[in-house]
Amino acid sequence: MFRENHENKKVATASKAGCTVTGSEALMLSLLEEGVDVIYGYPGGAIMPVYDALFDYRDRIRHILVRHEQGAAHAADGYARVTGKVGVCLVTSGPGATNLITGLANAMVDSVPLVCITGQVASPLLGSDAFQETDVVGISMPVTKWNAQITSAEDVPGIIAQAFYLAKTGRPGPVLVDITKDAQFGETTWSYRKCTRLRSYFPYPKVKLNEIQEAARLINQSRKPLILAGHGVLIAGAQNHLMELATRADIPVASTLLGLSAFPSGHRLYAGMLGMHGNYAPNVKTNECDVLIAVGLRFDDRITGRLESYARQAKIIHIDIDPAEINKNVPVTLSVVADAREALSTLLSYVKENRHTGWIDTFGSFRSEEEEKVIRPGREPAGGHIRMDEVVHQVSEKTKGQAVVVTDVGQHQMVAARYYRFNRPGSFVTSGGLGTMGFGLPASIGAKIGRPDREVVLFVGDGGFQMTIQELGTIAQSNVPVKIVLLNNQFLGMVRQWQDMFFRKRYSFTELQNPDFVTLANAYGIHGERCIKREDLAEKLDSLLASEECSFLEVMVEPEHNVFPMIPAGESVSNVRLE
Amino acid sequence: MNTGQKKEIKEYTINVFSENHIGLLNRLTIIFTRRKINIESLTVSESHIPGIHCFTIAINSYENLVRKVILQIEKLVDVLKAFYYTTDQIIYQEIALYKLPTSEVTGYIGLETLIRDFGIRVLEVTPEYTVIEKTGHKTETQELLEKLKNHRLLEFVRSGRVAITKPMKELTVHLEEKGMAFNYIMKEDESY
Repeated sequence: MFRENHENKKVATASKAGCTVTGSEALMLSLLEEGVDVIYGYPGGAIMPVYDALFDYRDRIRHILVRHEQGAAHAADGYARVTGKVGVCLVTSGPGATNLITGLANAMVDSVPLVCITGQVASPLLGSDAFQETDVVGISMPVTKWNAQITSAEDVPGIIAQAFYLAKTGRPGPVLVDITKDAQFGETTWSYRKCTRLRSYFPYPKVKLNEIQEAARLINQSRKPLILAGHGVLIAGAQNHLMELATRADIPVASTLLGLSAFPSGHRLYAGMLGMHGNYAPNVKTNECDVLIAVGLRFDDRITGRLESYARQAKIIHIDIDPAEINKNVPVTLSVVADAREALSTLLSYVKENRHTGWIDTFGSFRSEEEEKVIRPGREPAGGHIRMDEVVHQVSEKTKGQAVVVTDVGQHQMVAARYYRFNRPGSFVTSGGLGTMGFGLPASIGAKIGRPDREVVLFVGDGGFQMTIQELGTIAQSNVPVKIVLLNNQFLGMVRQWQDMFFRKRYSFTELQNPDFVTLANAYGIHGERCIKREDLAEKLDSLLASEECSFLEVMVEPEHNVFPMIPAGESVSNVRLE
Repeated sequence: MNTGQKKEIKEYTINVFSENHIGLLNRLTIIFTRRKINIESLTVSESHIPGIHCFTIAINSYENLVRKVILQIEKLVDVLKAFYYTTDQIIYQEIALYKLPTSEVTGYIGLETLIRDFGIRVLEVTPEYTVIEKTGHKTETQELLEKLKNHRLLEFVRSGRVAITKPMKELTVHLEEKGMAFNYIMKEDESY
């Protein structure tokens, strides 16, 4: 089906070879050449010629009409994360373009490939403060991997080819292409050549054999090794190599927030999530291991805590594709600058079979202490309000760890990360580095459109939900069967938790007066339910998950629940608190 | 947070070899401003390799930070390679122009003094004013500036630094070392 579709597209673009086309049509043809089948957008004055061309291509390129341009960027982001393909946005100039910025910044820090196309006023008007003119190339510079402005139709194919190449290769990232209205109207002779190389760009550094051999030597000699798996493992598709390395050398694997699902949660070697609200064992063991093997991660401050006391005892091997990440935050013993899959597959030629039973056993007492003090009381509370923990746990059980889990940002995000047990790679979509409230709902749209074959469950809080709530309209209009679980604690929960713990319980503007969310969902034509009592939860989740269409469930949860474990900001990973 | 580095602010000269694309200067300066590093001087010109441009940027900072900045600069898509040098690793010059009333030059200061003691060149003489040029390190052009300030100096301007490095390694060798890109196609892999 897909192949057939793809070949049709090829024919469409090939039959235009040598024909005169407008810049707008050249853009459509370029998108087809890059295998684009869906774009997320919002029309407006300066992008109208492109939208007019899109009208002729609407059978080959699906357009999802969002309700705000930020939603377009996050939806494209969610799509890119679950498919590994480039997410594409199409918006107008001025406010349309500036509304993208949060989405670009989010994709930039989380290394997500996007190509965002913005309309622009006609080139003679550039710099004249024309209606809806804004310097989006200038504004987006710090939050894009690359950007460019097209002022002539003939430049469309070349720049678009370069944009896709740069977005998806090496360390992926968002790219913005600004197209002036005269370039959209102008004409050019159609031809297309994919970009495969730029002389100033080195996306895949060669693996250096001596570094790999040295890494293997450190690993083979280690007695207390620990692997940290990051987003780079998933981006490179290196989860099989990671599994082979872990099982052959018998090394526990801990995951970053964005590395979740790269290693199955139920595996005996899975140590849990790292970081501020991660699991007890992997945080403490970071400061006890003798060799730390960090793969595809950037040692974010939410992972490391206080740098001066982070893994000082360990020899650190850092594998990352981006040379600028090496020694940026954590000084390392050995660096391997390469794609994670290339590095691990080479490394596997030198890593020997090993057993670290004694070392692995030491994780057990930390695991059971966390289980006893945090996990079980959250999953099976004695009474009182429903807890976020039990909702996520039940969804995890009911979906058998097979769903794509999308979250917004805050307490529910940490709870979802901690209690969903992943059984399939590429199953967690969340805003990591930027912590963008409002990410979840639009990202879930992109995730479901990218993977219609998979169940997509969104966990969202009552704060973040209202930041992009208008995307319920997108869901209804485009008929996107996402399952929305709103965990409503009537607070900006994570900020309230910090106020509770570090600001003498002074709840400064964190309490929310909320609308009737179920009625609101109904107003958008989406079936909604509310769950207040624990005994109704399982049944309501069942019917949510059984629905063929988008369905919404609001769960009223404990208002003043705090997420533990927690490493207070600026403290050592050893000081992780369980209560 | 590299340890073992001396925390000492020094003068560094950064050379950036790049494509000549619109907007690259902006992307470069963002890297400095984001880290609160002030650019002391900046010069852009073509390099010895056709089509490749060279930025020469002088800053005062810690070596540890400069090293990270270099990696961030090299991460820019249009940048081929960036280097940093301490002052003793480069030969560098700056050019300064001074405009004075001609009466001062011929009278109180004396043109001969300027030429013999300061090695200046005279660019223009009119009945009202004279423009002279001095090339050298900042200390030298500054010394002359301090002297002329007492003599009704009308205008002064100093260029950014231009620098040639002492190490002999060619840029092309560095680029080869950086390792050429290899073709690589993402596989869709769903299993563990």
